[in-house]
Amino acid sequence: MMLELKMPALSPTMEEGTLAKWLVKEGDTVRAGDVLAEIETDKATMEFETVDDGVVKSILIAAGTEGVKVGTPIALIEIEGEAAAPVATVAAPVPIKVEAAPVVAAPAPAPAPVVAKVAAKAEGDRIKASPLARRLAAAKGVNLATLTGSGPNGRIVKADILGAPKAVAAPAPAVVVTDGTTPHEVVKLSGMRKTIARRLTESKQQVPHIYLTVDIRLDALLKLRGELNEALTPRGVKLSVNDLLIKALAVALARVPACNVSFNGDSMLQYHRSDISVAVSIPNGLITPILTGADTKSVADLSTEMAALATRAKEGKLQPHEYQGGTASLSNMGMMGIKQFEAVINPPQGMIMAIGAGEQRPYVIDGALGIATVMSATGSFDHRAIDGADGAQLMKVFKELIEQPLGLLV
Amino acid sequence: MSDQFDLVVLGSGPGGYVAAIRAAQLGLKTAIIERESLGGICLNWGCIPTKALLRSSEIYHYMQQAEKYGLTVEKPGFDLAKVVARSRGVAKQLNQGVTGLMKKNKITVYFGDGKLTDKDMLAVTKDGQVTNVSAKNIIIATGARARDLPFAKADGQRIWTYRHAMTPPEMPTKLLVIGSGAIGIEFASFYNDMGAAVTVVEMLDRIMPVEDAEVSEFMLKALTKQGMDIRPSTGVQAIKTGAKGVTAEIKGADGKITSEEFSHVIVAVGIVPNTEAIGLEALNIATDRGHLVTDAFCRTNVPGVYAIGDVTGAPWLAHKASHEGVIAAEHIAQALGKDAHPHAMDKANIPGCTYCHPQVASVGMTEAKAKEAGHKVKVGKFPFIGNGKAIALGEAEGFVKTVFDEATGELLGAHMVGAEVTELIQGYVVGRTLETTEVELMQTVFAHPTISEAMHESVLAAYGRAIHI
Repeated sequence: MMLELKMPALSPTMEEGTLAKWLVKEGDTVRAGDVLAEIETDKATMEFETVDDGVVKSILIAAGTEGVKVGTPIALIEIEGEAAAPVATVAAPVPIKVEAAPVVAAPAPAPAPVVAKVAAKAEGDRIKASPLARRLAAAKGVNLATLTGSGPNGRIVKADILGAPKAVAAPAPAVVVTDGTTPHEVVKLSGMRKTIARRLTESKQQVPHIYLTVDIRLDALLKLRGELNEALTPRGVKLSVNDLLIKALAVALARVPACNVSFNGDSMLQYHRSDISVAVSIPNGLITPILTGADTKSVADLSTEMAALATRAKEGKLQPHEYQGGTASLSNMGMMGIKQFEAVINPPQGMIMAIGAGEQRPYVIDGALGIATVMSATGSFDHRAIDGADGAQLMKVFKELIEQPLGLLV
Repeated sequence: MSDQFDLVVLGSGPGGYVAAIRAAQLGLKTAIIERESLGGICLNWGCIPTKALLRSSEIYHYMQQAEKYGLTVEKPGFDLAKVVARSRGVAKQLNQGVTGLMKKNKITVYFGDGKLTDKDMLAVTKDGQVTNVSAKNIIIATGARARDLPFAKADGQRIWTYRHAMTPPEMPTKLLVIGSGAIGIEFASFYNDMGAAVTVVEMLDRIMPVEDAEVSEFMLKALTKQGMDIRPSTGVQAIKTGAKGVTAEIKGADGKITSEEFSHVIVAVGIVPNTEAIGLEALNIATDRGHLVTDAFCRTNVPGVYAIGDVTGAPWLAHKASHEGVIAAEHIAQALGKDAHPHAMDKANIPGCTYCHPQVASVGMTEAKAKEAGHKVKVGKFPFIGNGKAIALGEAEGFVKTVFDEATGELLGAHMVGAEVTELIQGYVVGRTLETTEVELMQTVFAHPTISEAMHESVLAAYGRAIHI
């Protein structure tokens, strides 16, 4: 029995991918679980396994082919035996093949796709949408997978399409500044780079950003961190400043829910949990693993989880649900000596916190000039959903939580 | 001390009692206040008893048509008192049904006049006794009543509202119906079938003005053929009551004023919301032309105070009130932490039905409204004469009209005239609620032989694909 192997959708948002590499050749016998190919999606490179035993009869799409639409036949496999199931086109999205790299704070939000819209998308990528919504989406060029359905059980209905931003055409090719004589080479964009370009362009074009900066004294936090780390050493936990900042942001969002929102066309999503996306730089781009429910987890747990996520990110082993979603982001460039910066919001999130370097600065303490360890933090807020006063309230609570850090422990 | 509730509903019409039941289902401690009869106008003086009357007139009509079907009836006749008694019996049965439902759902019923004394407190007055009821939330469901004409105050003798027309002391011989909305046309149809000479006047240039223009035109012909005198663009300027009837000064479409005699007048020129003496002013609850202003979840501008049904404005339909009742109850329950998921009211999907014969039913936009809203439309029309079942029934009078958006295939509206269309319209309402396009409707299998096949054909006709025409 001959089966068509189709281009799998390795993530809910994947529409096409690059067939990076074949790991089998025509005539090879394969067993269920064998990796057949490497497929580069907009997020990463993933391995594609077969779920059937058989013989590779024919490879239909050559290695290196870009823009292969999901569902396109890519190979023919002759299945052994009668009982063979029809082609299972989607193999589990297994390890992302990205080279290991040190985790550094990243300059911009990662390109995680839209909020995890659990309801609208069931297993197997079936998107629940009304017939009218489907037709409107097709006419307007709206990708249903990027929408949250407001109908029963997350069904996407007409109103969701009318409120949805039009799919932005791929950014126009950049103008080539050189007259062609400057020595250069053309570097092909990876899937991840394309996604970063598309999403951040979308964000800057569609999301009116407002930026609010505060200076925050770190001395108390550093002191607390030292004490906690002494106590936690036996447990093998070592808290970073970043872990405590993640916790502070999560708690601040819980206390100022007006900032824990997503703008959603003609409605807003009010989140009841702080899921913090933390920008992590990796060689081919960046990715944002998520600490779900960071407002209610202990700092020790958060630290352990963050370390594990960072390691998995380095190894390219993050599962899509580990980097897709999040209700707000944190980006820390402090360790790179950046004093202060404004980050780009990662839609559909409503805000991102940009952390600058903690440094000794002249500081007025109790009316006298002294020296304190101070950092600047800048929140970027989606003004469609969040007003300046609400943003300012969040910044105030964030600052207080860091300057009086015992609040992070309870 | 006062009795304390999560929700108190003021008014037990089809909005109020449904809201109370839904709230009780969701675990809310619920009470309802009613000044008269459980079930409100709909069940006691509106929808239901009129349907009972119209059933009598329909059967009487068939008896007179018996020969057409090869049957013989000797001198069909009726006893008006018995026709009315049947109608009252039906209302009573349903009223007891609601009483039972309140009991079953453990809803406390207060009889008396309810008034909001604060946004979380009501006073119920019954025979001079005042009971205070404390409510975390309040739903105002006080409904509406017939609008009076300043020069023709209903007296129950010669000048009737719907309420008098439902329990007529005698059979009118020459009836004037002022207003051609659903209520006016239904009573015109009833009395015409029962043998009265009926004149209907309508200020606007067509009857049943909320319906599609083609429906109005069709009904004008159909009712005229039945012997009614239907006069659009006509107004009544004065009415004088005498011993044997009334004299009406009527200004015709041509601008001429004539004086005409009638035995009785039914005034059906709309409704006024019941907003007086229920304590709205003290709470500053916002109103617009008398109706309470609410959002898609039936909230007024005062937190915790909701309003549903006729008191909130058009369309003045029982099923709109019931649906809003469910939404309001679920919204309140959700705020109280219950597992409820209210959805926003979409008024575009509320069907309207008129039980004259032939019946009229519609949902969504008329063709004219659709064009006004900027749609490029595709319109399908299918006559009952092309439908086998309608011919077999001897009811080949009618049509189904569908209006689609040309670009998206959205079913913008459906308009039907003919036998049983009030039962059929729901097919299109479900379609619209599910956001169907023409494709799903075309791909639906319709049972044969049914009148509903005309619904299919109408959709096909919009795309030039009708089979039986």
